Amino acid sequence: MSSPQEIKLTVNGKAERLSVRPWVSLLDTLRHHLHLNGTKKGCDHGQCGACTVICDGERILSCLTLGVMKDGSEITTIEGLGQPGNLHPLQEAFLEHDAYQCGYCTPGQICSGVALMKEGHANTREEVKELMSGNLCRCGANTNIIDAIMAVKDGAHE
Amino acid sequence: MNDFAYYKATDIDGAVNAAAGPKNNYIGGGTNLIDLWKYDLAHPEKLVDLNGIDELKEITELPDGGLRLGALVTNNATAYHPIVQERYPLLSRTILAGATPQIRNAATNGGNLLQRTRCYYFYDSSSPCNKRVPGSGCPAREGHNRLHAILGYSDACIATMPSDMCVALAALEAVVRVKGPEGERCIPFIEFHRLPGEQPEKDNTLREDELILSVDLPARGFAGHHTYLKLRDRHSYAFALVSVAMGYELDGEGNISVARIALGGVAHKPWRVPAAEELLVGKSPTEDQFARAAEAILEGASGFEHNTFKIDLAHRAILRAGAMAHDPSTQRPGAKPSL
Repeated sequence: MSSPQEIKLTVNGKAERLSVRPWVSLLDTLRHHLHLNGTKKGCDHGQCGACTVICDGERILSCLTLGVMKDGSEITTIEGLGQPGNLHPLQEAFLEHDAYQCGYCTPGQICSGVALMKEGHANTREEVKELMSGNLCRCGANTNIIDAIMAVKDGAHE
Repeated sequence: MNDFAYYKATDIDGAVNAAAGPKNNYIGGGTNLIDLWKYDLAHPEKLVDLNGIDELKEITELPDGGLRLGALVTNNATAYHPIVQERYPLLSRTILAGATPQIRNAATNGGNLLQRTRCYYFYDSSSPCNKRVPGSGCPAREGHNRLHAILGYSDACIATMPSDMCVALAALEAVVRVKGPEGERCIPFIEFHRLPGEQPEKDNTLREDELILSVDLPARGFAGHHTYLKLRDRHSYAFALVSVAMGYELDGEGNISVARIALGGVAHKPWRVPAAEELLVGKSPTEDQFARAAEAILEGASGFEHNTFKIDLAHRAILRAGAMAHDPSTQRPGAKPSL
């Protein structure tokens, strides 16, 4: 079996050194090696967006990249965006707008929404919907998810 | 899923050397390859990671007025690049019609050209598939074939090429610059992907171990009149049933002086018929003229049980694209295009 490789990641501001085999996805690196279980494994095939994290400032699917490929990267997961008592404005907005039911897709939705606002390509509600289409919500909270993002984008939660 | 070794290349020659051997794969974004590996459809023994090669990550202007898109530049970085948006808006909009922001942030330009078909039978490792296991058969011909080809298919394979970006690159007459053990060469875009024939396992004309360095765009970008019309089962994040990349230029009298039309979702490669484009030269950009071109582009098209609708759909899409190209603002991400 191929041997583990030493990699360095900065995850939620904390420098981490770890040893992973080449075939371990970034998602499993975060969940199994760093025990950051906020990032969810939905389909594990790039179809649902539940595993979305922010890597070097850009939202990506952590299931479709390898831990070893991200050696040296800075990763932000849901744990790094906010904590109980100190929520990110988009987390606050998700509560206010009832933007989830089961909550499984929520960490990915919020990481995706935070990155979307930083990208600055979505101005209208239609554009937000299009640029959030990589995050599926099987409970059907999509309307409220878009409401929450629009509220933060328009400054209601700053 | 199999075990594999990993090598991070830092220069082009090092990557080409490290990739020598039939079971070694280059990896850029990994959005397709890792998925195929998880489905037990790709079995690399070694991955050669290209992300340490900075010279493949640049977009640079060429002396002839064209633009070089590095193979490792991501799809999103390409689509939102100011020069691409200004001079090649057809390419920008086409890229943004595909996949999702997360995938486009990881997927690279080189990798986009190499993504495999989404034929259901190709993706089902328990099913025969001539593309995956040559000689095993093609259940798509008699099975579910809604996504499949209406042009250029063979007895062995009726799969379609899934990329949006490649449809625009065909219309723009891009050139693919590659390097392999025997050196560097350039492949005109329309010769990069191939028809399935008797070797559907081969998607393209790359030789063994060749690495894509860049996709070079010629100066002509059709910024004035262009559109990418993508028709699909969902409004977002779905592969095209039929798509049309169209660009044309008008002369002083409002007649077409040059036109390019490429179709996606209909064949094993982006479908272009230069003779059909010639029919439009000197003509006004009216529905009648686009109908003549559509007839010529779709000549010989025939479908299967679940996809014959694509012939009519493609014909109408060409007419509609012709009208939309007059006013490119009618197509933007999230907008429902209307005439």
